[in-house]
Amino acid sequence: MRTLNGLTIAVPRGALFAETVDLLEGLGLDTVELRSNDRKLLFEHIGVITMRPSDVPTYVESGAADIGITGKDVLLEQAAQGSGDPARRVVYELLDLGYGRCTMVLASKAGPDPAAEALRRLGVMRVATKYPRIAARYLEETGRQAEIVEVKGSVELAPLTGMVEAIVDLTATGTTLREHDLIVREEIVECTARLIANPVAHKLRAGPIDDLLGRLRAA
Amino acid sequence: MIHPIPSGTRDVLPDETREVRAITDALRKVFEGHGYGEVYTPALEYESVLARAGHTARGAGSADAQPAYRVFDETGAVLVLRSDMTVPIARVVATRYPTVPPPLRFCYLAHCYRGVRPQRGQPRELLQAGIELIGAPAPQGTAEALRVLCAALDAVGLEGYRIGLGDASLFPSLMASLGVPADARAGLLGALAQRDFVELEQALSEIELSAQARQLLLEVPQRRGGPEVLDASATAVADAAANMRQVHDLLDTDVASRVIFDLGLVRSIGYYTGAVFEVYDPALGAPIGGGGRYDELLGRYGRSLPAVGFALGVERLHIALAGEERGEPGQAHAGAP
Repeated sequence: MRTLNGLTIAVPRGALFAETVDLLEGLGLDTVELRSNDRKLLFEHIGVITMRPSDVPTYVESGAADIGITGKDVLLEQAAQGSGDPARRVVYELLDLGYGRCTMVLASKAGPDPAAEALRRLGVMRVATKYPRIAARYLEETGRQAEIVEVKGSVELAPLTGMVEAIVDLTATGTTLREHDLIVREEIVECTARLIANPVAHKLRAGPIDDLLGRLRAA
Repeated sequence: MIHPIPSGTRDVLPDETREVRAITDALRKVFEGHGYGEVYTPALEYESVLARAGHTARGAGSADAQPAYRVFDETGAVLVLRSDMTVPIARVVATRYPTVPPPLRFCYLAHCYRGVRPQRGQPRELLQAGIELIGAPAPQGTAEALRVLCAALDAVGLEGYRIGLGDASLFPSLMASLGVPADARAGLLGALAQRDFVELEQALSEIELSAQARQLLLEVPQRRGGPEVLDASATAVADAAANMRQVHDLLDTDVASRVIFDLGLVRSIGYYTGAVFEVYDPALGAPIGGGGRYDELLGRYGRSLPAVGFALGVERLHIALAGEERGEPGQAHAGAP
């Protein structure tokens, strides 16, 4: 079989890519071109679409892909307010794939915590993040007033320039944080790669999807 | 000049209107042909009246279906734009048909309003086409609704569709019979309603249960497929499985062959009590419509009668029809049964 049980799968480029491709190869997919051609996006002969991780739920929800792999951080950010949130992506979350493990943390500059001081004296802390919804929800749930500053690039810059007192970001080893003299103050949630499925494909293509799940669980 | 319209709404121009009209005419003819009389009700209702349905009191997943737009009238009363037609029709039955002997059959083609994230096939002002069958208990009433549903979809020319059939009481009774502590049940049901089996597994691992019970609670809601799904089911879900089988046995082959049994089907609306169903088509990534039994809703309006109904999203139906015409990629996987 050239595709994965005839399924179209959304594959994340970036940090999860290498392990995802290994996983697909282990399931019997011919991944030679997928590994060698990083400009190509659509690999129709093996039923693979590649994209940035945060786009995976979008393609899977619409049905352009039957299943997909992305980080829990992405899923949380796109559903940070829970099931009642109209902005959530409607997909099935089928399996924790275990790899790509990292932690969403609240970090600030080493030394006396500037975020705590801002909260105490000014009543509100400013927090830079690429995950505004996760950050806002976490700070709300822990009873702290915060101004969320959404940035698209290197989050570490924000506290170093004094624009914010803290950041909420994903860290795997903590190296980047240490290099910028930032320390982890709180761990918010552990994130790993997840297998997701389109709700209609989950019903109409139950056999292929369950077979895949069985093979992944057994692996 | 460009003058904006609210997010999630759109203008429908003549070419599209002609196509939509062909769909709605076909649907109306099928509904009327099965004895369902068309009703209109006000788009605006008193919030306090719709709230009787208990929309707001329900938990996970119900937010989509709650009224999202509120206005005040000149006396200060709070009005809402209806989010579905089932609740207004329950009100109509209790107030306008307090003594007429059941069953009562109504159909509608009406705009409803929801605070959803606007996207293709999911407007905030959505045109729904559906029926309500009041006073016809399970399983006969449910089977009639499914027959009308398939006749309607056949009449508009949809080919590859399937009906997912589940039971709203299945997972709650499974939790009760396996001894899940009462305070843990909402969390498990919430994970299922969010379609998050990773979270369900995680939540189950934190509850004191036998390994076998844990396995059943994770596995049963993932079972979906042909009648073999019911055969394989644990005794703990025997009642729900028997209900589904009874409905299935009442269906003609052409309707029965469209059915996928889905032991994990959870609808986002809180008032469903028994059979629930959804319509899928390979040409669209989201359900085209759905429905189910709501045997307790009418009682909240003062005329306690069992009832069942469904609603189709006309825009989604239109997109799926257009997709089938084009032979979109999704369609190659799963044709008509």
